[in-house]
Amino acid sequence: MATGQLFSRTTQALFYNYKQLPIQRMLDFDFLCGRETPSVAGIINPGGDGFQKLFFGQEEIAIPVHSTIEAACAAHPTADVFINFASFRSAAASSMSALKQPTIRVAAIIAEGVPESDAKQLIAFARANNKVVIGPATVGGIQAGAFKIGDTAGTIDNIIHCKLYRPGSVGFVSKSGGMSNELYNSIARVTDGIYEGIAIGGDVFPGSTLSDHVLRFNNIPQVKMMVVLGELGGRDEYSLVEALKQGKVNKPVVAWVSGTCARLFKSEVQFGHAGAKSGGEMESAQAKNEALREAGAIVPTSYEALEAAIKETFEKLVEEGKTTPVKEIVPPQIPEDLNTAIKSGKVRAPTHIISTISDDRGEEPCYAGVPMSSIVESGYGVGDVISLLWFKRSLPRYCTHFIEICIMLCADHGPCVSGAHNTIVTARAGKDLVSSLVSGLLTIGPRFGGAIDDAARYFKDAYDRGLTPYEFVEGMKKKGIRVPGIGHRIKRGDNKDKRVELLQRFARTHFPSVKYMEYAVQVETYTLSKANNLVMNVDGAIGSLFLDLLAGSGMFTKQEIDEIVEIGYLNGLFVLARSIGLIGHTFDQKRLKQPLYRHPWEDVLYTK
Amino acid sequence: MARKKIREYDSKRLLKEHFKRLSGKELPIKSAQVTQSTDFNELAKKESWLLSTKLVVKPDMLFGKRGKSGLVALNLDLSQVSTFVNERLGKEVEMGGCRGPITTFIVEPFIPHNEEFYLNIVSERLGNSISFSECGGIEIEENWDKVKTVFIPTGVSLTSELCAPLVATLPLEIKVEIEEFIKTVFTLFQDLDFTFLEMNPFTLVNGKPYPLDMRGELDDTAAFKNFKKWGNIEFPMPFGRVMSPTESFIHGLDEKTSASLKFTVLNPKGRIWTMVAGGGASVIYADTVGDLGYASELGNYAEYSGAPKEEEVLQYARVVIDCATANPDGRKRALVVGGGIANFTDVAATFNGIIRAMKEKESKLKAARMHIYVRRGGPNYQTGLAKMRALGDQIGIPIEVYGPEETMTGICKQAIQCITAAA
Repeated sequence: MATGQLFSRTTQALFYNYKQLPIQRMLDFDFLCGRETPSVAGIINPGGDGFQKLFFGQEEIAIPVHSTIEAACAAHPTADVFINFASFRSAAASSMSALKQPTIRVAAIIAEGVPESDAKQLIAFARANNKVVIGPATVGGIQAGAFKIGDTAGTIDNIIHCKLYRPGSVGFVSKSGGMSNELYNSIARVTDGIYEGIAIGGDVFPGSTLSDHVLRFNNIPQVKMMVVLGELGGRDEYSLVEALKQGKVNKPVVAWVSGTCARLFKSEVQFGHAGAKSGGEMESAQAKNEALREAGAIVPTSYEALEAAIKETFEKLVEEGKTTPVKEIVPPQIPEDLNTAIKSGKVRAPTHIISTISDDRGEEPCYAGVPMSSIVESGYGVGDVISLLWFKRSLPRYCTHFIEICIMLCADHGPCVSGAHNTIVTARAGKDLVSSLVSGLLTIGPRFGGAIDDAARYFKDAYDRGLTPYEFVEGMKKKGIRVPGIGHRIKRGDNKDKRVELLQRFARTHFPSVKYMEYAVQVETYTLSKANNLVMNVDGAIGSLFLDLLAGSGMFTKQEIDEIVEIGYLNGLFVLARSIGLIGHTFDQKRLKQPLYRHPWEDVLYTK
Repeated sequence: MARKKIREYDSKRLLKEHFKRLSGKELPIKSAQVTQSTDFNELAKKESWLLSTKLVVKPDMLFGKRGKSGLVALNLDLSQVSTFVNERLGKEVEMGGCRGPITTFIVEPFIPHNEEFYLNIVSERLGNSISFSECGGIEIEENWDKVKTVFIPTGVSLTSELCAPLVATLPLEIKVEIEEFIKTVFTLFQDLDFTFLEMNPFTLVNGKPYPLDMRGELDDTAAFKNFKKWGNIEFPMPFGRVMSPTESFIHGLDEKTSASLKFTVLNPKGRIWTMVAGGGASVIYADTVGDLGYASELGNYAEYSGAPKEEEVLQYARVVIDCATANPDGRKRALVVGGGIANFTDVAATFNGIIRAMKEKESKLKAARMHIYVRRGGPNYQTGLAKMRALGDQIGIPIEVYGPEETMTGICKQAIQCITAAA
C-alpha cells in the first residue's frame, strides 16, 4: 500500500445501496469545507435508475442513481472511491466488482459480519492491483476539509467542534469507528486537529491495517505526527512495530492498544469487535503496548493519559518549528433540516392533512384508537370496522350486525341494473378491475341506489315535525317530489320486497326502538291506499331503520345524527355493498372471456 | 467475522461428511456424543459399533491436554464408558486456570496405532498456512523442529509442488495417500469456512487417514452461506465461561437484536460498575479502571452498541443495575454510564431506556449508595444529558453528567475517588 494521499477536495465517490442520511451528511460536510463539487457523484441502487434529490448547502441537487456498478463507473469516470453500504451478505461481492473497475481506487466497506474468507479475497485482489480497502465493519474515515466517508465524525456540530472542516496536522488511525470520533475530539482539544483519520474496522483481517495507514501518513508532508489506537487480539500492531524498528516511520507516533482489562477475565473473552478476542500473550494489549514502546512509539500508561501524550508530542513539534499554525477559518452555516429543527423545537410547521379515524404510526395500525390486534382477537366483523372508521365508535353488536345485513342485502342486484350493466360493458371492453368497478360505481346517484339518504332525510324531517303520513305525502306531492324509499318497479302491496321484510324483522327483534320504521310503515300504508306499487323499497327500509339505529342506540347526540344524515353516510353503505357485486361481475366477465359488448341496432330507435 | 471454536465431535462430523462430498472417498470415522441427556441404550441402537468395538472416551469441552490430565480412557467397553462418564459428568475440573463442569464427552473406537501425524491449517491475512509433521501426538511441542509449514496465498490452489515440502520425507507407500488427504482437507477447510483446523494426531487405519484428535474453528459470520453444510452446529462458550442467569438473559437479548448487548460479571461484590456504549469504548472503560489500579473493584464488563431500541436498553439496564446493587455493604458504589462521541446513534433515545430503568430501581440504587457518572456525546446528546441531569434531581440520586467537552474516561477517575473517599 504505502504511497500517500487517498483523498482530496475534489475526490468523488460512488455510493452503493442508497441511504439518505449518510449521503446527506457527506454533502453537508462538503458544504462546510467549501467544496465546489459534491463528494458523491452517483448512487448505485441495484434494480433502480433515476435521480435522488439531496441538499448541497441551501440548494437541492439531483444525484444520478444507477442500477449497476459498471454503469455508474462508466458515467462517472473520475469518481474513484466506492462507499459500500451493502449488507454483510452482499458486501464482499459488490466490493469485488467495484475493485475490478479500473476507475475505482479505494473501497470502503461499512457492513459488519463479512465472512473472513470473503474479506481475504478482497485483500488479495487489492494487493495485486494496487487498490485500497477500508473496512469491513467500519464507519470509514475522513480527510479534514476535503472528503468524508458516510457517517464518519457524526453530526455537523461535532464536525465543527472537532475542526474537521479544515486540515490540521495529525494523522490518526484506529480499529474502532466509535473511538475514532472520540479521538478526533481529543486531538482537536490538544493539537491543531486531524489531517486525516481512518477507522480500519474491528474485524480479524481488516482490508487495510494500522501500519498500512501509518506508512501512508508518513509520506504525506502535511501530516506531522501520528496517533494510533490499537486493540487486543490479532498481530496487526506488530507490523507497525516492525516498520518502526526498521526506521520506515520518521514522524512521531503516539500509540495505545486497548484491552488491558482482558486479564481480568478468567476464560477466553470476545469483546465487542470480532477481532478483539483474547488470544496468546503476544496478542494481549500489554504485550503490544510494550512492543510499540520498545520500537520507539510514544505509549502512555493508560488511555486516560493518551490525550496528554498527544499534547506533549504536538507541543514539542511546535517548539521545534516543525508545524506551522493552521489558518483558522469560519465554516459556513449549514441550513438545518426541517425535520431536525422541528424535533429540537426550534421551528413549527403547519400540517396539511388532518386525520381522526386511523393511525398507522405505532406498532400496529389503529382504527379509531382500537388496535388491529384487539379487532382481530375480539372477533370483530366488517360491521364493527365500519362503525369504527365511519362513526368513530364501537357500536353494540346488534347495530354492527344490522350494518352487515345491509351490506349483504345490497351487495348485488343482478346484471341488469345500470351499475352492474356498466361494469359488465367496461369489463368486456378489456379494461382493468378498478376501471370496471368505478364505471359501475359512477352510476350510483339520485336514480340508482342513491335514495337511502334522501329517504332518511325526509322521514326524519316529517317524523320530527310531527306530520301525519297524510300531511307528509300530500305535502311532498304538492312540491312535486316523489317520496324516496317508496315505490318499486315490480313489487306490489300483496307481494312485498323480501329484503324489506328481513330488515324489519331483525329490527323488531333487536332494536330498542323502531319509531322511524313504524312511521315509514304508516306512510307506506297510506301510499298503498293510493296505488298498489307504492310499497316500501329497500332504500326506505334501510333509511328509516338507520334513523332508529342512530337514535335508539343512545350513542349519538342529536347534532351527530343530523350531521350523519346530512353528510350522506347512508349512501356509503350502498356504495360499499354494491362494490362487492360489481367486482364479482368484473371477474365473472373476465372468467367467461366475454368479447366487446356492442348494443344491437335493432334495439335502438333511430329517429329524427 | 468472528472465529468460533466447535466441538471435536462436530469437527469430525463435518470432516467425514464433506470429505466424501469433495473427494468421493469415505473416511472410516466413527464418533458419538454423550451429554447429560444421553441414553446409552438408545445411542447403542443408533451407533451399533459402540457394542462391537473397544472404545475411547474423553471430554469434548474445547480444552486440550486431556491425555496429560488423565481425562482420556482407552480400551473400554460401553458399560465402562458409561461408568467413566457418570463419574465425571457435571464435575468441575480446572484446565489452564479456568474452572468449569464437564458437560460433553466424545466416544470413539479404540484404535491401536503406531504412526502419529500432525496436521494444522490456519487462516491468515494473506492466505492459509498448512503445517504437517510425521511426529505428531502429545509430544508435538517437543518435536516442533520436525513440523514443516507451507503458506498458500489467497486464491492459489494447493498443487503437488506446493504440498511437496510437507510430504517429501514420507515413505513412498503412504506419501500419495497423505498428500491427497491434505489436499482434500485443505479444500474442505476453505469450502466450509474453517479458520483453524488441527489433527493431532491422525494415523492410518488400513492405509486410510484417521484423525484421533481434532480441533476446529469456524467463521460464524459465514453461517449464511453454510447453513446446509454445517448442519446442526453448536458454538459452545469457551471452557470455564459459565453464564449466570443474568448473563444468559442478556446473551439471549443480544442474539435476538441487530444491536449488540454484552454483559459479563467480573466481581459480584465490586463497587465500580459500567454500562458503556460502543465496542471500542467499553473495553477502554474497563481498561481504565484497571490501569488506575482498581481492577479488584470492577464489577463487570458491559457494552451496548449498534443503536439498540429503547425497550432493549431498558431491559439491559435493569439487569446491569440489579447486579450492581445486589450486594449493598454500606459503602459507596459507582455506576459509570459511559461512551464516546457517537457517530449516528441517537443518544437521547438510548438514554431514555437507561433513565426508565433507573427510575424503576430508585430504591435499590439508594440502598446500594450508588453514585452515577455519565459521559456521552453524539447525535442529540444535549437532550440526553439534560434528561440525565433532571433524573438526578427527580429521584434524589447523585448523578454527575458530562458531554464531549470532558475526556471520555475522566469519570472513571471520579468513580474511583467516590468509592475511596471516606464514607
